[in-house]
Amino acid sequence: MEANELYFFYGYSAAWIIVLAYVFMLVRRGRRIDSELTRLKSLVEDRER
Amino acid sequence: MREKKIYVLAILGTILMVATMYDILVVMPDEAQQGAIGKMLLVHVPAAFAAFTFYGVAVWNSIKFLIKKDFHADSLAVSNIEVAQVFTLINLVTGSLWGHIIWGIWWTWDFRLTSQFMCFMLYLGYLLMRPAVADATQRATMSAILAILAVADIPLVFFAIRLRDARMQHPSPVLETGKMDPSWWTPFLLMWLVYLLIGGALIMLRLRQETVRREMDSLRRELHAM
Repeated sequence: MEANELYFFYGYSAAWIIVLAYVFMLVRRGRRIDSELTRLKSLVEDRER
Repeated sequence: MREKKIYVLAILGTILMVATMYDILVVMPDEAQQGAIGKMLLVHVPAAFAAFTFYGVAVWNSIKFLIKKDFHADSLAVSNIEVAQVFTLINLVTGSLWGHIIWGIWWTWDFRLTSQFMCFMLYLGYLLMRPAVADATQRATMSAILAILAVADIPLVFFAIRLRDARMQHPSPVLETGKMDPSWWTPFLLMWLVYLLIGGALIMLRLRQETVRREMDSLRRELHAM
């Protein structure tokens, strides 16, 4: 495969790798936020008792 | 209901993406002068258009926040900006790969490239600034002002080709001069739609996180007051 085609392939791959990396980051961040929310809710409940 | 919308947008975007990629990679012939790399235009330019669309929505919501003090508008603004950054990065990376083959260099400080890089950096500053401000109202106000000021760079990116003389290396605006083959318009517009659909799903996912964060802020305040 010559450089022209190779870099064309790199370009299309890079575009979707960037999107997938962001999705991965979002999912990880979402999990962290959800567990933090659960922790905070249980803390509030404990203090209310 | 929101989760259903996220799935619908993501599935529609993925189906359309597979069909459009098949058309671009397999069916479409290579560009007459540049070869296969010429088709980079179909991923590079729609990425910029999608980013500008999302920056536009973010600025609209930033204005809305400043007028109505509606925190949902602030959440929408930050979600749109973060996803717009993803598409700006795609635009910069694919442009650099194209430049490496056509110009023989990865990067040049020409007016179009520099203004687009500035756009990326300005909104990166927006995203980095937010966690540094503790008070929610102050954070949203400062963010809204920064988002509105930074958008002044986008017309510069768009009109960069017209503002500069012939020394600049970036291709002339093929979309307006009629230099693009008419058969390229369909994949070009479809690619833009793919980015909008996938970007829409990502924005909704990000928006949910922002809503949860606001809930966490109020819980922390509640805990602090106890």
